[in-house]
Formats: sequence, C-alpha cells, structure tokens
Amino acid sequence: MSSVLKSRWFTFGLLALGLALLPFLVDAGLGRSWVRLLDLALLYVMLALGLNIVVGYAGLLDLGYVAFYALGAYVYAWLASPHFGLHLPFWAILPLGAALAGLFGVLLGAPTLRLRGDYLAIVTLGFGEIIRIFMNNLNAPVNLTNGPQGINLIDPVRLGSFSLSQPHELFGYTFTGVHLTYYLFLLLTLAVIFISMRLEDSRIGRAWVAIREDETAAAATGINTRNLKLLAFAMGATFGGLAGGLFASFQGFISPESFNLMESIMILCMIVLGGMGHIPGVIFGALLLTLLPEALRYTGDWQRNLFGQIYVDPADLRMLLFGMALVAVMLYRPAGMFPSTRRRREFADAKG
Amino acid sequence: MTGHTLGWVVVAAALVAGCGDKPQQNGDNDVVLIGQVSPLTGPQAHLGKDNENGVRLALDEINAAGLTLGGKKVMLELKSEDDAADPKTATTVAQKLVDEGVVGVIGHLNSGSTIPASKIYSDNAIPQISPSATAVAYTASGFQTAYRVMTNDAQQGTVLGNFAVTKLGAKKIAIIDDRTAYGQGLADEVEKAAKAAGGEVVAREYTSDRSTDFMAILTSIKGKAPDLVFFGGMDPQAAPMIKQMKQLGMQAKFLGGDGAQTPKLIELAGADAEGALASNPGLPLDAMPGGSAFKAKFEAKYGKIQNYSPYAYDAMHVLIDAMKRADSSDPAKYLAELPKTDYQGVTGRIRFDAKGDITGGAVTLYQVKDGKWQTLETVQSGN
Amino acid sequence: MDIFLQQLINGLVLGSVYALVALGYTMVYGILELINFAHGEITMMGAMVSLAVIGALALAAPGLPGVLVLGAGLAVAIPVCMALGLLIERVAYRPLRHAPRLAPLITAIGVSIILQNIAMLIWGKQYIPFPAILPQGRHEILGASISDTQIAILVLAVLIMMTLILVVQKTRLGRAMRATAQSRQVASLMGVDVNRVIASTFVIGSALAAVAGVMVSAYYGLAHYYMGFLLGLKAFSAAVLGGIGNLGGAMLGGLLLGLIESFGAGYIGDLTGGFLGSHYQDVFAFFVLIAVLVFRPSGLLGARVVERA
Repeated sequence: MSSVLKSRWFTFGLLALGLALLPFLVDAGLGRSWVRLLDLALLYVMLALGLNIVVGYAGLLDLGYVAFYALGAYVYAWLASPHFGLHLPFWAILPLGAALAGLFGVLLGAPTLRLRGDYLAIVTLGFGEIIRIFMNNLNAPVNLTNGPQGINLIDPVRLGSFSLSQPHELFGYTFTGVHLTYYLFLLLTLAVIFISMRLEDSRIGRAWVAIREDETAAAATGINTRNLKLLAFAMGATFGGLAGGLFASFQGFISPESFNLMESIMILCMIVLGGMGHIPGVIFGALLLTLLPEALRYTGDWQRNLFGQIYVDPADLRMLLFGMALVAVMLYRPAGMFPSTRRRREFADAKG
Repeated sequence: MTGHTLGWVVVAAALVAGCGDKPQQNGDNDVVLIGQVSPLTGPQAHLGKDNENGVRLALDEINAAGLTLGGKKVMLELKSEDDAADPKTATTVAQKLVDEGVVGVIGHLNSGSTIPASKIYSDNAIPQISPSATAVAYTASGFQTAYRVMTNDAQQGTVLGNFAVTKLGAKKIAIIDDRTAYGQGLADEVEKAAKAAGGEVVAREYTSDRSTDFMAILTSIKGKAPDLVFFGGMDPQAAPMIKQMKQLGMQAKFLGGDGAQTPKLIELAGADAEGALASNPGLPLDAMPGGSAFKAKFEAKYGKIQNYSPYAYDAMHVLIDAMKRADSSDPAKYLAELPKTDYQGVTGRIRFDAKGDITGGAVTLYQVKDGKWQTLETVQSGN
Repeated sequence: MDIFLQQLINGLVLGSVYALVALGYTMVYGILELINFAHGEITMMGAMVSLAVIGALALAAPGLPGVLVLGAGLAVAIPVCMALGLLIERVAYRPLRHAPRLAPLITAIGVSIILQNIAMLIWGKQYIPFPAILPQGRHEILGASISDTQIAILVLAVLIMMTLILVVQKTRLGRAMRATAQSRQVASLMGVDVNRVIASTFVIGSALAAVAGVMVSAYYGLAHYYMGFLLGLKAFSAAVLGGIGNLGGAMLGGLLLGLIESFGAGYIGDLTGGFLGSHYQDVFAFFVLIAVLVFRPSGLLGARVVERA
C-alpha cells in the first residue's frame, strides 16, 4: 500500500508541476491566445463535469444546461458592473450565482421528474431557450438584462487591489491576466474534479447509477428517486452557475447570444465524445472540443505547407472537418474516447 | 489517471507541431500584418466575406501603389479571422491576432462581438476600426483604441424616426425589431425620434434574426392600420417581410435601416420590393468621388457588394492614412494620429469625435424604384 | 374576426410545413428510437438542389410555365435527398445501431454540421432568391387573405400525409415498418429484412423533407445553407408534442405548433396588456409544449409506454 501511495504522490507531484508550468510552455510555444484558450478550456471542463453529473451519472438527458451557465453569468454581471452600479467582490458573487443556479436547477427539474429520455431532452431544451429569451427581452419594462445589447464593463476578478485583468510582477516573472486566470480556473476545476470523484464513489453516486440503469428497480430498492434526481439537477446547475460567473468576469461582457442552444449541444458532445460518466474522459472531451476548432484555423497554413497554395478557405473548411471528426470518433469509439469500465462492459454486452 | 495524462500530452504536442507557424519577414520588404475579423461561417457569413473583400481590395491597392513608412518599403499582409458572430470566439481570435503581431484591426462586424474584443485590443494598445458595429456601447467603453466609420444607432435612428414622421408624413407607425443588438438598438432610437417628432407608435412587434415567417405579427399590425412599418434588422428578414406585407394586402410603407438597404433585398423580394424605403449611413456611392470606381473594381473582383464592404474599404484606408501621417506602423505612434483623421472615403468624409465615433456623419435615404435603389436625400445627423 | 381567420390560415400553412418535416423525425424515431438531428439539413438540401435546378431551367428555357419548372426542381430534389438519406443511414447510423444511445445523437449532430458546410461550399454563403415563377394570386375570404402558394402548400401537405398513411397501413412495406417499430428482433425472425425497412424509412422521410424544403423556399422566397437548423428544431418539437413515433401525432403536433406560434405572436401582447409581446412567441410555444408533456409525458397521441428495463 505504502509503495503504491508513494508512486502516486510522485505522479501527482509531476502532474502538479506540469499544470503549473503549462501556461508558460504554451505561451512560449504557441502564443498568448492559446493561454486564453486554455482558460476557456478549463471553463468548459467545469461545465462538462457539471453536465456529466446530470447526464453521465444520473442518466437524465439535459439539453438546456446552458441556462444555468447564463444565470451564473448574469448574476455576476448584475452584482459587479456599472449596470446597477454594484461592485461586490467576486468571492461573494461566485457562490451566490452558483447557489442561485442550483436553486433553478431544482425549480426546472421538478416538473420534469416524470419525463424520460427524449421527452426530457426536449423539455430541458425548452427551459434553456425560455431563459435565453427572457434574458434577451428583459430590457423593458424594467431594464434588468439590457436585452440583446448585453452587459459591458463587468469587473474582473479582483482581491483588494490585485486584479486578474492586469499583469503582475511576481518572483521576477511577469504574470499576465490570462496566466493568473489560468491558475484561478485551474484551482476551481480541480475542486470540481475532486467533488465529482467523491460523488462518483459515494452512496449518492451509486444511487444515481442505479436510477440511470433502471429507475423502477432503483425505486423498488428504496432509493428516493425524486430527491436524487433533483439533487443531480441541482449539483449540475451549481457547477454551471460557477462557470457562468467566471465566464462573465473573464470576458468582461456578456450578451444572450453566448448562451444559445448550440452551446448546450456542444457541452453534451464533450461528455459523450470523451466518455460519459467517466471523469478523465469528460475532461478530455472538453479539452478536445474547445481546442480542436481553434487548431483547425490553421488549415490554411497546412494546405500551404503541403500543396504550396490554399485551395479551400480555412474558414470554410474548419467546421466541415469538425463535423467529420465528431462522426469519425463516434464510429470508431461509440462509447467515447475514454469510456468508464462499466460502460465498456455494457457496450460489449450489447454487441454480443 | 497517468495514462490519460499521457494522452493529453500527445494531443498538445500534435497541436504544437501543427500550429507553430509564425509570420516571417519576407525579403527586403518589411511585412506589416493587418487583422480583419468578421463572421465567415454561420448565418451572416455572406456579410462577413463582404467585409473581408472590402478590406482586401483596399490592402491590395495600397500594396500595388507601394507604401513607404519610416524610409522603408512596407508590404501589408492580411490576417483574416472568423468570429462566427460569437462573442466568445471574438475574444479568442482577437487575442490570436494580437499574438500574431497585427498592428491594427478592421472589425468586427457585429456589435455583440466587437464590444468584448475591443477590450483585448485596448489592453494591447492595438487600434481597431469597426466598419459596421453600430451599438452605442462600443465606443462608450472609453477605450482609446476603438473607432468606427459608420454612424451609430442613435445617430441613424434619429434621422430615420424624423424622416418617417416629417418627410413621409407617417402618423401611425408600427415598429418591428429582430432582437439582435443591432436591430433592437436601432428600433429603440427610431421609436424615440418618431415620438419626439409627433408620430404615434401603434404597434411594437418582435421577431428573430433566424425567422422567415412574419405573417402572425404582420396580421396583428394590419389590425392597427399603421401608415408605415419600420423594421430594425437585416435583409434576409426584411425581404420576406415585405413580400408578406404585400400578401396580406397591407398598404403601409416599409422603412428599414442599413441592414435592409442592400441589392440582396431587391433580389430576394423581387417585384414586391418596389417602393420600399431604407437608409444607409454615409453618402450614396455614385455621388462620391471614386465611389463608382470602387464599385466597378469591387464587383469585377468579388461580385456584388453585399452591404458593408465600402465601409470596410474606407476603414482600411483610414488606418493606413494614420500610419502615413505618423510615418510608422508602430501602433504606439500612429494611434496618436487616428483622432486627427480627416479622410475623404467612398462613404463620405471621415472624422472622429473624442469617443471614436464618426462626427457629423451623414445618413442617406433610398427607395426602390424600377428594381433599383434610388437616392431620395442625404440628411446630416445631429452631432 | 378577419384577424382571427387570418391567424388561423397563417398557422395552418406554417403548421403543415412543420408537420411534413416532423413526419421524417417521427418515422425514424418510431423505428430506431434515434433523433435524426440531420433531418433539418436534408430539408435544406432539398431546397438548395431544387433551387439550383429551377435557376438553371429559368436561364435555359425562360418561357416554361412556372409549375413545370417547380416540378422539375422537385423531380431532382426528391431523389437527391433520398440518396442522401440512404447514405447517412448507411455511413453514420447503421454502424452504431448497438452503441450507447447517445452515440448516434452525436453523429447526427456531426452529419448536420457536415451537410451545412458542404452546402455552403457548393452554393456559397449568400441567401438564394426563389425566382418569381409561380402565380402570385391572392384571394380574399371573409376579410382574410390567402395566396395561391398557401393553398398549394395546404393541399399538397394533406395529399402527402394521406398517401403516407395509406402506405404505412395498407402496403407490405408499411406492415414491415410497423412490425420493425414494435420489435426489431421479432420482425427479423418473421422474415422481415430489417435493414431494408430501416433504409426505406430514411428514404421516405428524406423525400418528405425534400418536398417540405421546396415548399419553404417557394413560400418565403429564399433559401440558405443555414435554414435547416431552426426548421428541424421546430419540427422535432412538433413531433414530440404529438407523441414521437406516432405518424398522426406528428401531423397533429405540426399543425398545433403552427397555430400556437401564430396565435401566440398575434395575441400575446393584447392578452397580457402589452407586458409580454411577440418576442415571447417561442416562450409561449415552449410553455405549451412543456405543459403538455408534464401532464401527458408521452405527448398527445403517443402510446403510454411502460418503462422498459
């Protein structure tokens, strides 16, 4: 046991060092825009892990997840921008936004408890769109959201006079805004990963799996399916709300168009592509789907290197290749890139 | 866990290998990178490509004429990026352009993506001129680097609302907007101005920028018998809207903003477009010195002008004009010259106020007659 | 009254288009329990292909009567979409028939993105106008107005739906389809070539989508590579509203959704005293959808399926 522990500590140490140095390596090798993308990718890891609780653990197909992301973002914008003239500190707003999103998760989850599968999908999709439409239109009669114009000049994360939007000199190195944001996001992502891991192995996690596999049987064994499903919605929504608040502070501007249906679908793609219900798979899926479309921007350079000239406009090719990648991955790894052992077994059973 | 970590490292390495290209200095010429951002995919891709073409035409002309800054020959190179009209993607590509070392950016197309991106350009002191973002909020952020060559929603909306009531004699007005930052912003300003001029707004209806069916809201509007219907939105919605007004037998005039004043509108609405009215900031192209020449050059190279390419073209020239006066492509040096701009472009005389908005910008009103947009009159906007 | 009648006509026309597209979703779902997200894009392809043919014909033979040109457009668009449906089923869905349930959903999204971008590469990023080849007649009935195109859409939709019901209820293929929907394994034991039945379902659904695509572009006067997404989403909602997997449900759901949108947009402002306007049209539609599903969890006409283990 102790030797296993030791080698584990060693790997963790190496991993921690790698993660700490990553933004500098990326900055040096690829440029600052990739550090920014790394920040965004971490944001999507949080979102994907949140949705994973609902879809992956509890098996509830939710297509309106982006609503909670939007709620978190708007709560942050309301409490830390010139819109209402409020400038509360982030450590007060982030938990508030996350909690409010969690509450909405329960509110929107409650009417859907009887629904299964694709009916649930369309109802959650409806809730997602309803929230977005309200955000888009609540500039009148009372200007709550500023409508389609969005809310601008949202405060960055700031502690005292230490703001994450400005570069800082530390230990002789210059840490720019995107670098510092990376560490904040990384910290919160690790917390989300930790909570997800603990949930997976808990009584609650096993009850969710039971509901996912057979709800009737789960209820028969004494599992309170109603409360547990609501808990899954609430947990997922809380992570969504947290990510939303971070997004608002990171971008400094939010408008309803950032929270459309395509966003929900993309987050769902992340977890299915990576491997539903399996944390490393979900993380991988989120990273892949955030970074791949950006990497595909370079198809112009690839064409030039390969053929000496550009045949197809990279902007036209990018999404086509992305679509093909989605299909190809699913055809060759139908359970995702890194499926959990349980799903791999299920798949083998189904095939046989 | 570690096995998967290895997987990430492999992917990261593949990304590094694939994307390591950096702009290279080419021969004896200094290469200066100019950024252009607009949606090149998605529902507005046709407008995005139009902007890109406008910038490219100006850039090719400047290169062909030869540009010398600080005693050195300079070649301009265009870095065009797709923001898919998405605010998040907009900030990503903005940072990408900054990384690649662009010295100035023409873009973005939509207000919703221009505003978040303007923060990144401002943080990195890269001048930005948007050809088509009209939301008041864009230049209200107080960034020194943010400029635009088109009148904002308040300027254009005031002209439109006044025109509807005083010149067209509309007493009862119905207003529709597409719930985008552009459509809603413009429609609100039109409503304000129309009311101020003594008009009555009898209906305020809404649609989306994806809709093609307006029968329900038009039927409801028809019941209130307005003299004029104003639509804040783009031509793909305006064209079917005009057709459906005819289909419902509505007699009300149609008035639109710059999003509707396009050749595409006539193409899409066909004979029903006859009599439709719309405005566009700036002066009519054919009335401008060099306007018809621009049109001929553009259409020979890229086909029909969609909408904002003349503004994109002017924006590019304004940027280079400032560089020439500063005799440098260094943003720190030529940014100081931008406020002093006084440039005669194909869309009008371009000067900036303290915020970066265009001063005394003109707005021209057009009407479709005999299947063509005919100029009605040009109005100087308030400020 | 005339406004009410007009909104009724508006809603019925819109609803019959939704119904035609919804049928494609519901047929595939009934047999495979798969949401074919790419179905909206097949509708788009139908519109684009027919427009290409119509445009070419209008140039080559300007004197031809409009209905004939439209017919030619349909005659090309339908087989192209059928082939496309067949190809998609074969390449993207068949290999995943035994995969976890969400895997084909993701490939469907992937296929939908691919089709959009292929259409963009072929036909460009512009909105393509539908040439004015059809009679533009307008009729007044009790103060409401209805156009020739609207009448044609209504008649055509009714005809197609009746034919489809006949096919499913009376033919051998229809019987095989119903059997496959009930149980794939038992059907194959009874000698039904399940693969062929599933392929036929895709082909029929795609043909309907092609017709709907042509209708939409003729009615609104334009087509665009992005038009399938929203149409598909609405039609899918309609199919769920009616009870997905049920043909009658798709028709009912489509018509209802059209009417709800029309009356919602038309009356919501007056009903709420101007507090909520037509910008809440979709909220209203989704609200009705959610309310129906909460009280009837399998849609209006959907069978009350006992939970399968």
